[in-house]
Amino acid sequence: MNRKRKQRLIIVLGVLAAVGLSTALITFALRENINLFFTPSEIAEGKAPIERRIRVGGLVVPGSVKRGDDLQVTFDLTDNAEQITVRYAGILPDLFREGQGIIANGKLISGTLVEADEVLAKHDENYVPPEVQEALEKAGHPKKVPQ
Amino acid sequence: MFEYLKRLYHKFGSPRYFYDLTGKMLPWLVALSVLLLIPGLIYGLGFAPPEKYQGNSYRVIYIHVPAASIAMAGYVMMAVAGVIVLVWRMKMAEMVAKSVAPIGASFAFICLVTGSIWGKPTWGTWWVWDARLTSMLILLFLYLGVMALNAAIENAQSAARATAVLSIVGAVNLPIIKYSVEWWNTLHQPASIRMTSSAIDPEMLYTLLTCIAGFYCLFGALVILSTRCEILSREQRSSWVKKLVGVS
Repeated sequence: MNRKRKQRLIIVLGVLAAVGLSTALITFALRENINLFFTPSEIAEGKAPIERRIRVGGLVVPGSVKRGDDLQVTFDLTDNAEQITVRYAGILPDLFREGQGIIANGKLISGTLVEADEVLAKHDENYVPPEVQEALEKAGHPKKVPQ
Repeated sequence: MFEYLKRLYHKFGSPRYFYDLTGKMLPWLVALSVLLLIPGLIYGLGFAPPEKYQGNSYRVIYIHVPAASIAMAGYVMMAVAGVIVLVWRMKMAEMVAKSVAPIGASFAFICLVTGSIWGKPTWGTWWVWDARLTSMLILLFLYLGVMALNAAIENAQSAARATAVLSIVGAVNLPIIKYSVEWWNTLHQPASIRMTSSAIDPEMLYTLLTCIAGFYCLFGALVILSTRCEILSREQRSSWVKKLVGVS
């Protein structure tokens, strides 16, 4: 490679490294804002602002879903360490069920209660046809309880 | 081996050689994409088993995942061509980079639209500003920026160098898209296809891989077609193009 090209290659790679490094620093500094939701553990640690709109994400605790009048529903979310209760009035997404990953968007009333006005279902990376899932459950794999 | 690759690289730098070789490749690529895409999409959209929880709406995966993959691969191609433009000043790389941009942008757009259509029934929302969706939108804007810059500068060579800088800088976004679902909390799920154990049923997986391969062939054919047009228009004064199109 002749000298001029080598020099240009070094400049290009240098620019790319500098841009990459600064982007890494910026995204690292903003990581709290880039995260879409708080986990129940983070709320328990007091990282989420009370009386503000936040998103909380976790798995719906089996047996915690209680339905009231007029689409009122409360359920608990867990990250297998801490729990938080979500109160919501509205239509739940099709994928909502016990054990499902959920993101609730709403006001944090206290360290243990969120008044949600939007509930989103988080799909995981697993794609299974119905009969395979049934076979897995028959073989004694952990069952996801349909509601 | 290295010498051979170097010779090949220099050969590909010649528009005439590139035009001849891609002319021979084109029918094969088109045939392959038709052979893969037609059965892949018909089986995927019509006959593959429905998903346990999502029912039929998961079928958008057979378009969404290939489009996302190609949108990113296209950008890699554009950025690598950009490095070649800046360092080796190769004319062929300028033409390839220019041709990839609108095609990559289309695939990024398809990815965002199909994802949105899937998101409504599955998540309960068309759009959410999580890291994966936002970085993918930025990819589309980068493509559009490259296209705009290309169109704004009259001189082909200056346009190519300016867009090369933009595409190289924008390449920083690619690892962010890829790893966004691991680095941050997102609504978008992590990757289903992995080198070791895929989190997706084999029947769905092979259909999906067929569609991915088919879309890649289609992408290759589109890039080649567009680049060949670019060659003819840029080299219109050279004798071999004049001979080819029959003007003296």
